[in-house]
Order: sequence, then C-alpha cells, then structure tokens
Amino acid sequence: MNADLIVFLVLSLITLASALGMLFSNNAVYSALFLVLNFVTVAVFYLLLGAPFIAMSQITVYAGAIMVLFLFVIMLLGTENLAPSNSLPWQKPLAILLAVILAVESIYLVFARASSSAVITAPELATNSMENLREMAMTLFNEFLLPFEVTSILLLVAMVGAIVLTKQEKAGAK
Amino acid sequence: MDWTFWLEVVIKGFVLCLILLTGFAYLTWYERRALARMQVRVGPNRAGPQGLLQPIADAVKLIFKEEFTPGRVYKVIFVLAPVLTVVPSLILAAVVPLGTSFNLFGREINLHVANINVGVLYIMSIASISVYGIVLAGWSSNNKYAMLGGIRSSAQMISYELALGLSIAAAIILSGLANPDGGSMNLIEIVNAQKGMWFVVIQPVGALIFWIATLAEVNRAPFDMPEAEQELTAGFHSEYSGMKFALFFMAEYQKMIVISMIMATLFFGGYLGPGVDKFPLLGPVYLFLKVFVLLFFMIWVRATWPRIRYDRLMAFGWKILLPLSLVVVFITATGIVFVDKYHSQLYFWSIPVLSIFSAMVAVMFIYRDLRRKSHGRV
Repeated sequence: MNADLIVFLVLSLITLASALGMLFSNNAVYSALFLVLNFVTVAVFYLLLGAPFIAMSQITVYAGAIMVLFLFVIMLLGTENLAPSNSLPWQKPLAILLAVILAVESIYLVFARASSSAVITAPELATNSMENLREMAMTLFNEFLLPFEVTSILLLVAMVGAIVLTKQEKAGAK
Repeated sequence: MDWTFWLEVVIKGFVLCLILLTGFAYLTWYERRALARMQVRVGPNRAGPQGLLQPIADAVKLIFKEEFTPGRVYKVIFVLAPVLTVVPSLILAAVVPLGTSFNLFGREINLHVANINVGVLYIMSIASISVYGIVLAGWSSNNKYAMLGGIRSSAQMISYELALGLSIAAAIILSGLANPDGGSMNLIEIVNAQKGMWFVVIQPVGALIFWIATLAEVNRAPFDMPEAEQELTAGFHSEYSGMKFALFFMAEYQKMIVISMIMATLFFGGYLGPGVDKFPLLGPVYLFLKVFVLLFFMIWVRATWPRIRYDRLMAFGWKILLPLSLVVVFITATGIVFVDKYHSQLYFWSIPVLSIFSAMVAVMFIYRDLRRKSHGRV
C-alpha cells in the first residue's frame, strides 16, 4: 500500500462525508460550507492525478468565487433555516429512482471497464505539469478554439442578462 | 524522498511561520510609530528602547483578556472563522521564493518552501479562499453590523480579485520576454526573468493596479469598508474579543506582509539585487528591504487617504480598474508579440508608454466624473 492510495482513500471518505453532509444538514450555510469542502477535496484529487492547473482553477472558480456568491445570496436573503416544504410531492420518489439508476449505471460501467482491457490510466501529458499547462493552452486555443469562444460568449450573455434584469427593476421603481 | 527531505520542508515551513508571526508583531509597532510621525505624535515609546517591546506587551494583554462569546451565535463557525482567516494568510507565503539556495552541512538548501509550477494560480486560489473567514465571522456573530461587514467584504474581495488576477497575468506575460519557451507561472522563473529589468519598469500600471487591488483584498485603508467604524462599529469582528480578535488582527497584518512579498516578487525583482549570485544569503535581505519599503507605502496611504464611499469603491473596481487592467494585459501581450517578431526596442518601450497613457485616460475619466458630481449636475 503506497502513500497515494492512503491519501486517495482518506480523501474519498472526506468527499463522500461532505457530500452527504451537504445534502442532510438543516442549515443552508452549513450545506454551502460542506459543498466548499467537497470542492476542495476534489481539487486535491486533481493534484493526485498530476493536474495542478485544474486543481487550482477548481479552487479559485468553484470554492472561491461561486460558493462565496452562494453564501452571499443565502445570507442576504436570510434563508438559512427554511422549513422543509412539500410543494413538489412527486419530486422525491422520482429523484430517488433516478439516483438509483445512476448508481447502478456507474457501478456497472466501472466494473465492466475494470474487467475489460481498457483500464483508465492517467494521460501521458500529466507527468510534467509545466509541459501539461503549455500543451493544454495549445490544445485549447488551437483545436478547441470555437467551443472555447462559444463558452465565453455564453458566459458573457449570462452576465449581460443579469445586468439587464437588475436595470429593468430599477427603472420600474422610479 | 528520504526523511531529510521531509525534515527540511517541515523546518522551512516552521521558520517561515515564525518569520511571519514576528513580522506581524513588529509591523504593528512599525505602523504605529510611522503613523505617529506623520501625525506629529510620538507613538508607543515606553516599553523597551524606542518602544520595541510594545508588541510583546500587546500580545500578553490580548492573551489575558476575557474571551467573551455572545449568546445565540453559531458556535462552531464562530470559533472556526478566525482560524479560517489566519491559515490562508500563513500558507500564502509558501510559494514566495526568499532567495536562491545555499550549502549547509553539504546539503543544498533552497530558500523557498514550495516550488510549484502553478505558483501564481496557487496565490490566486488561496486569496479567493481567504474571503470565507471574514464572511463567516460576520454571519456567525448573529449581529446586523457584523453581517453587513462580512457581506461588504465578500463583495469587495470578489470585485477586486478580477483586477488582481489580470495584473498578475501581465506579469506572467512579461516573464516570457527573456525566456524562449514562453512565460511561466512559477514565481522563481518570474524572478529570474527580471534579472535584466524589473517588471515595474516595463509595466508600471500593472504594478499599480496590483497594489490597489491588494489593498482592497487585505481590507486596508482606504478600502477598509468591512470594518468602517462610523457605520458598522467594527464590522465583521464586532463580537470578537481576546485571542479571537487577535487572530483577525494577525491575519490582516500577515496578509499585508505576504502581499508585499508577492508584489516584490512579481514586479520588483524579488530577492534579486547586487551580489546575490555570490552570496545567496543576501537574497532574503533584499526581499526584506523591498517589503519594508512597500509596507511603508501601505502605512502612508492609511495615514493620508480618507475611506472611499462604498458605491464609489464598487464603481472604481468595476468601471475603472477592470477595464484598465484588461487594456494593460492587451498592451503587454501585443507588445511582447511584436518584440518577438521584429526584435525592436521601439516596440519594447511602447508597452510602458501606452499603458501609462491608458492609465492617464482612466484618471481623466475619474476626474471628470468627480467634478461633475461636485457641481451637483448628475
């Protein structure tokens, strides 16, 4: 048993525990914090796989920026302790059913893969992280330039949309 | 990876923490003395010669103070928040190189704790994590003022992080100038790329934006909205006392030190200075001197600038700093491409000239905006 495996096992436990904590905690702020913990452990997984760039982006974007905004909204609206409501009664059984299907599917896939010859291995590039970074930038800006630009336009549209929505509200108030 | 490697890492980390903690203590003394001089006072000079024992006296006082936890706070988070504020400020310094390396008992000791390839990104991610301590402190205190302070700080930090990241990007792009295989996110390589010239000369506006954005990141005056006394009593740490308050205090001053270290590394040549190649132990001394000067500027700003109004703070971050830093990154990147292509000094010097010009345009906009407001014609 090497060090990586021990780290992996401990991390997986933390990831699962924080995911469950996120689902079952009563306070929305605690849920958000569990989610932050989850994101950080996933970032450490990326580090284990030899992808420090993705790990750091994961922390900066998800744990840093997005979750802070989540917390911001929860705190501003004062919705820390909402009583459980039954507005969508059909939702719970459906969600459980879908979750079970997903679990069965993923377990089947993992074992089917493991038995076949196609074992998942870390990509070759991941060994040298600086090369990895440059290589990734090259691939991103040469091969996948169009999807990259489309994604950025999508984000820009979302941003402009948010600004337009708040502006309209102000005009109505006057 | 033998045990000596781990021993070295542990010792270096420990020493770095000790340096930061002592630095924090004496930075408070330095600030109080410097502020006093600027305000024609004497400042603390009773404990020890020149008041040098004042930080120790303060620490003893804070340790023995009553630590009061108000009722109806969210206990776990209330205790966790100061810790979450201090830890990022300490681990942020891990990637900053203090010098090259020297020989000790036949073993080469590198003067940095961690040499990682994505050092700059590490700084960004830790900086973005450090918001949590303040936000959670505000929320868990169960106090309206503290809450408003926490919310203000999170909005402020998110807004200024963009300009911060873009100005760092300018430094990364510049590090590709001397390097044939492009720029680097490794802080040691960024320092080495400044052997010819400090980046502050090539990109003064980028350095200025970085500095302003970091002032907002560490909640220093004139951007200390989260703890504006007149409006919010003490902001996010209203309910904290004793050692817990001391931890917030510690985090702020340590962040000042670390941010100055990072700024010195990115724009002022880090540990570089005359004679560093021969005597590697001079590296930390040069870095210390640069940090000392940069910290003086922070104190100077605090002594002379009034606090900015909150809406203007946001407008400044989003409408001035962000576009300006985008322009700066654009100018730097195109300049580098042209220098690579034509090897001409003309293109090289166009980078600082054009960026200073764009900064002047930005200042003109601010001036016009403020003048219009002062005449009441909105």
